[in-house]
Amino acid sequence: MDSELIPEGVQRCSLGKFILWISACGVVLLIGVYAMILCWVKGLNQTNMNDAYGFALWIWADLAIIALGGGAFFTGFLRYIIGIKELKNIINYAVLIGFICYSSALLILAIDIGQPLRGWFIFWHANVHSMLTEVAFCLSCYFAVLTIEYVPLVLENRKIDKIPFFHNLSHNMHEVMAVFAATGAFLSFFHQGSLGGVAGVLFGRPFGFREGVLIWPWTFFLFTWSAAAVGPCFTILITKITEVATGKKLVKDNVIELLAKISGWMLLTYMIAKLIDTWYWATHTAPALGFTLAQFYTSDPGSWYGYWILFLEVVLGGIVPALILVTRFGRTNKLALWIAITLACVGVCTNRWVMVLQVLAVPVMTFDGWFTYFPSWQEIATTILPVAYGAILISLSYRYLPVFPQERELNPLPGQETETVKQLEEDQEEPVGKLSPAAETA
Amino acid sequence: MFPFSFEWIWDMSHIVFHGGLWYALSILGAGMTYCILKAAYDTAKGGEGHGEHH
Repeated sequence: MDSELIPEGVQRCSLGKFILWISACGVVLLIGVYAMILCWVKGLNQTNMNDAYGFALWIWADLAIIALGGGAFFTGFLRYIIGIKELKNIINYAVLIGFICYSSALLILAIDIGQPLRGWFIFWHANVHSMLTEVAFCLSCYFAVLTIEYVPLVLENRKIDKIPFFHNLSHNMHEVMAVFAATGAFLSFFHQGSLGGVAGVLFGRPFGFREGVLIWPWTFFLFTWSAAAVGPCFTILITKITEVATGKKLVKDNVIELLAKISGWMLLTYMIAKLIDTWYWATHTAPALGFTLAQFYTSDPGSWYGYWILFLEVVLGGIVPALILVTRFGRTNKLALWIAITLACVGVCTNRWVMVLQVLAVPVMTFDGWFTYFPSWQEIATTILPVAYGAILISLSYRYLPVFPQERELNPLPGQETETVKQLEEDQEEPVGKLSPAAETA
Repeated sequence: MFPFSFEWIWDMSHIVFHGGLWYALSILGAGMTYCILKAAYDTAKGGEGHGEHH
């Protein structure tokens, strides 16, 4: 029924099966929407936030998905500014994932502010001394950039592309995409950094407080760095999950390996900086404020923050994936690649967790105990909502838009194999750009 | 947000914050205006952009 909307030369499941899948995701989405409406109608008393936890599950989810969505700005930067041609085969998907992550982050913020009708106050009555104002400015503008980057893909739908104006618009937007990508990279640098800066400037919270350069604490740079490092890992992870779900190979190995290699080196350099930061914080910054490292990772009643969380964040979620990704074996071995990209994503989510929630849990007064918090079902449902929304948008985009330029070549329809072999032979005769040794082998 | 808002002060913080905001918005606005106008012009002229994008 919808075959005329599906890109040419690719195979998709039946419409009935597709509707069934979308309906299953839709149920989860509707539960989230119901919880969201409860929060808007009845107020933030629907959450378990309290005086100790002004930031809670939502802010962690925001920071985590913004970090994971960093693949869009960093891949865009590599593709359009640095000019790595191979990444043209994954940039569409990176943009789509970024679009989902940032729209989800804005949606969660719209719930978190309690009165979304006053959301525009942050622009109109901006507090120019707050890092969160910078985050709000950059986040909104970068979402506009992602929308601009996503629109040409929508316009390339088989039916829409037949309309001359939309065809020309899509073409023109591609022509100037480098300008939008550069603006996006500029905006991302600042909002990713400022999210880290928020924790770093809390001198009343020694767990988060860091020294730094001028007005920027070290966490400013670490957050940007980690998002640029792990964002591409998340893009690869979602690509791999999509390949498993569709039963097709969608992106060539050389593209994945190249992105994994860049991500691995970014992650390794980030981990070196992170280790230095952690060491200096543990031995100088925190003691100068009257705290020892052990006090942050105590097992006192009411606390479940032991040293295990530091190990999970730094070693399992940082050093291990970095070492896997910088080796050729790690990138070419399927299991090792799966483990590395998953651990990297877990690592950055753990980092955002400790910088949002452990910061608030640690007692700062001698008479204080550890503060505890467990989210309400409304908070959990609205946090899961973006997952269902993301699955639906990815499914719709995959079905109706040419998201993966290499899909036809990698999955020829019956009768098109000869044409594909010819294309592969032509590709081998005309190599594009300089690839990594692993990519060249592939 | 605007110089005519009652809270507006001509100090460095306002200039840097709002300067950055308007700089980014101007690039996005000008870029999209160019794309739309050129698409309208190309369409009126009867031409179409070339095949592969990405």
